[in-house]
Amino acid sequence: MRSIRTIFAAIAVICAFALGTPAQAQIRVDIEEGHLNPMPIAVVDFLGENAAAQQVGRDLAGVIRANLERSALFRPIAPGAFIERINDLNVPPRFPDWRIIDSQALVVGQVTPLPDGRIRIEFRLWDVLSEQSLTGFQYATTPDNWRRIAHRISDQIYEQLTGERGYFDTRIVFVSESGPRTQRVKRLMIMDQDGANPFFLTSPEAMVLTPRFSPSTQMLTYMSFETGSPRVFLYNLETNRREVLGDFPGMTFSPRFNPDGSGVVFTIDLNGNSEIFAMDLRSRQRRRLTNSAAIDTSPSYSPDGAQIAFNSDRGGSPQIYVMNSDGSGQRRISFGSGRYSTPVWSPRGDLIAFTRESGGRFAIGVMRPDGSGERILTESYLDEAPTWSPNGRVIMFFRESRGQGPRLWSVDLTGRNLRPVPTQTDASDPAWSPLLP
Amino acid sequence: MQKLVIGIAALATLAACASRPEPTPTPAPTQAPAAQTPSGPVAGSAEDFRVSVGDRVFFGYDRFDLAPEARSVLERQAAWLRQYPMVRVLVAGNCDERGTREYNLALGARRAAAARDYLVSLGVDAGRIETVSYGKERPLDARANEEAWSVNRNAHTQIVSGAVS
Repeated sequence: MRSIRTIFAAIAVICAFALGTPAQAQIRVDIEEGHLNPMPIAVVDFLGENAAAQQVGRDLAGVIRANLERSALFRPIAPGAFIERINDLNVPPRFPDWRIIDSQALVVGQVTPLPDGRIRIEFRLWDVLSEQSLTGFQYATTPDNWRRIAHRISDQIYEQLTGERGYFDTRIVFVSESGPRTQRVKRLMIMDQDGANPFFLTSPEAMVLTPRFSPSTQMLTYMSFETGSPRVFLYNLETNRREVLGDFPGMTFSPRFNPDGSGVVFTIDLNGNSEIFAMDLRSRQRRRLTNSAAIDTSPSYSPDGAQIAFNSDRGGSPQIYVMNSDGSGQRRISFGSGRYSTPVWSPRGDLIAFTRESGGRFAIGVMRPDGSGERILTESYLDEAPTWSPNGRVIMFFRESRGQGPRLWSVDLTGRNLRPVPTQTDASDPAWSPLLP
Repeated sequence: MQKLVIGIAALATLAACASRPEPTPTPAPTQAPAAQTPSGPVAGSAEDFRVSVGDRVFFGYDRFDLAPEARSVLERQAAWLRQYPMVRVLVAGNCDERGTREYNLALGARRAAAARDYLVSLGVDAGRIETVSYGKERPLDARANEEAWSVNRNAHTQIVSGAVS
């Protein structure tokens, strides 16, 4: 199994050349409203001096187009409509040829085999209207690492044109499901955010649930029935080493990392009473944060680490509460009609995503941390378990139709860009990684 | 109001559930003890417990309190466990699919604890009983309807060791 660090050792960013900086005239995608009028963008198959390089060039362009299209902020133009045939990266394009097909941005690139067996991938992003080069990068990498580069280029384009960080060079860990519903096999699986490169992290014997990424280290935490009773585990993606979080009485579940990855907040259930605890991973000291006879579970830190959203039925039905990270100041924030659970704080800090159960249907929505501004983004027989893209613009979750197995879906904050996420098996409990290092 | 309607529906289905046959046939209470029936399960065996006593008790939607039917099943379980003091059991709490995963793990733990606490109050040594919650992960009935959900909301007493084989 590959470790992130090895992959990354293979990438050398040779240079980021400073091109013209047209600060004022630059084309710009409005990240809030852009889906109403996606920016037309032309991504040309990257050039290559031999057949192998040309194939990589076509694959790179295909992945970049697919990433941009899925964001719904861009509308990649079909290559068949292109008029100019790009032959040389160093010759400025004929901009009128690109304007006439309504392209506002143009991406060109090149793949060059290097003597040591690696390849050099370079690209440039042009503003077709102002005829200026906006950004460009070169990467030297092993040929099998081209997908990572395609995602990094996609992130460069997204950042340059929206002004916000991208989320394409990321991975998803989720629960791969198989077998009959009464004897479900559930294994941890990890894949790129676009569904490529899936592989299993755990064996079929032990049922696993609710994996979560550390926001800042290459660690996962999840729950497993491996020892018979629910137990929180840690999984180091660099060493593939896993360990039980600690030896606690009762069950442990619903783990999540704190923002810097140095601690985990989770639930311990003892004799039918579930309470939220925080544990420092170095000292292994734990601290109890809730103390009620009710169900207290599903904690999620605010990105500044100062507060924790959680789920409690202390008021008679499951609702979302927020407390300070030392357990003080516990207050209810969900007051809509229905049962609210699975609060997940956005990495931007501005919103809390949740699952709402109302009228026999399950919805994914967002509200501000004070409970105001509730918006439902998607609803079905069962939508559950939201997870945020690292830029806080997209939510992934799982959806089950009545009597069918679960599948992963994504939706943006407008609620209009709802898409299935491709997986080979039934899939649930997605967790989005931070941008890869 | 919505919740009340759902609650009533759940109770109605639960009542229906209690009167319909269990997954494994349960002899009527008036019958002679199963052990004395030549074709019945061996007295003190896991099958005896499951068939003659009943190994599951059922709950209402988002409830963990014991209904009268559940209490009478647990009373039979406690009597049987007192009769066979070497037997150790695992009480597993289960939930229907109409709740989120982590909440259901906590709810299942409450159901298991409610059943365990009642067995202990009836004189079964607490050291003989372990509990676990499977949340909504181990449904008994795979269907997605109220009848299946009412069966899937249960506490399941499983014999771990000490039974006659």
